[in-house]
Amino acid sequence: MKKSFLINNLNDMNRLAELVSKTVKPGYIIGLQGTLGSGKTTFTQFLARHIGIKDNVNSPTFTILKVYKGEIPLYHMDVYRLENIGYDYELDDFIYGKGIAVIEWYTYIRAMLPDEMMEILIEVINETNRIVTIEGSGTYEFAIKSISDRYGN
Amino acid sequence: MIVLGIETSCDETSVAVVVDGKTVLSNVVLSQIDIHKEYGGVVPEIASREHVKGVTLVFDQAIKKAGISYSDIDLVAVTEGPGLIGSLLIGVSAAKVIAMNYQIPLIGIHHIAGHIYANNIERSIEFPCLALVVSGGHTELILMKEHYDFVKLGETMDDAVGEAYDKIARILELPYPGGPQVDKLASLGMDIYHFPRPMIDTDDFNFSFSGLKSHVINFHHNMKQRNLEIDKANFSRSFQDAVTDVLVRKTKSAAIKYQVKQVIVAGGVAANRGLRAKMQDQIQFVPVYFPAMQYCTDNAAMIAAAGYFKYNKTQQADNMYLNADSRLKLN
Repeated sequence: MKKSFLINNLNDMNRLAELVSKTVKPGYIIGLQGTLGSGKTTFTQFLARHIGIKDNVNSPTFTILKVYKGEIPLYHMDVYRLENIGYDYELDDFIYGKGIAVIEWYTYIRAMLPDEMMEILIEVINETNRIVTIEGSGTYEFAIKSISDRYGN
Repeated sequence: MIVLGIETSCDETSVAVVVDGKTVLSNVVLSQIDIHKEYGGVVPEIASREHVKGVTLVFDQAIKKAGISYSDIDLVAVTEGPGLIGSLLIGVSAAKVIAMNYQIPLIGIHHIAGHIYANNIERSIEFPCLALVVSGGHTELILMKEHYDFVKLGETMDDAVGEAYDKIARILELPYPGGPQVDKLASLGMDIYHFPRPMIDTDDFNFSFSGLKSHVINFHHNMKQRNLEIDKANFSRSFQDAVTDVLVRKTKSAAIKYQVKQVIVAGGVAANRGLRAKMQDQIQFVPVYFPAMQYCTDNAAMIAAAGYFKYNKTQQADNMYLNADSRLKLN
């Protein structure tokens, strides 16, 4: 299933992240794709807040992975630097862990990821507007339908 | 006290011999920068493999250059985190081999504590002291009231400053590592675009560079779409001025609030000439110190210096179960 959402401002992005947060469960894998500055980390920050992460979520670019404790832990990854490599086995434990894995630039390590996951593409329209497309199969289909029903547009 | 320092948290394999946290007998750094260049950043698995290849040679050179033998060493200090886990483990393992074999006390050091203590090599840190830590992974203001006592006053809410530099360099199509390139271009340009200064007027000591990064990238994109020419020097200068204005303003107000005796700048971005000049220019009521260029980037001399002061304060070594922690917190 594939659904697109119009985002007109940060509030819309926050609302979408909140709806995604209502569907997550341990072992969830969310991939984020979009150009530099499109809002991948911003989306993750909103999502983290809605799943109850109290710590400040900042960019994982430098360390590739940051781990946040919570009722369900959050594993925030940025695999931009793995573009020509395609894998990093140190990440395995977190991708297939008990928390929620959010992976920025996930297409660069697609072969390491399961077929069933939530794939989110953020397209930049202008400074504030975005089109967010969420795609997923299997267990993620139900989640996407519920997000879409509630978001409207 | 002769301290052997070991640093392998990212892409530099480094071993140093430092006496009493100050006198550097040797500081050997093997950089992998040329290897990671083609990937546009450090690749963890490649970094680990390169550390394994280089580590023995670097140890040999550091000992030889210092003119000592392993049995002369009084303390082994090693970076235990934060950093890339595979890379850290190689340094920690090597440190244990030396400590175990020669029965020398072993102590684990936080990488950022090392960067701060890089400032103790050429002069002495005086307290209270304010440290601005700026690198590819960190942007933090830290208050020290005495040796090896760190209170975090504020940090970045999103991107680290060095990371913002690298991303701007990427859209300007500058070679890796981008930070020094932007700094170089900035010295030739003028702040004609006047980008926003995020969080400059908030009364906390936190930073945010993600909004600025997005703004600058959007601006670049729009110019390109309208076929307008982008002067890379002016663009770099405008970005650099926005970033350094915020860093300097917040550092200045923290220095006033906590009545510090000195301000020190630590981490890779401490090598940035634009930041150096603005700090010296705008903070004149207390001395502002920067480490020498060779101690700004990752090196083991700073780890040895920090090790000396940590051991002096705690009087306690770590045991042989010391482990690397990629997300270690300062304190």
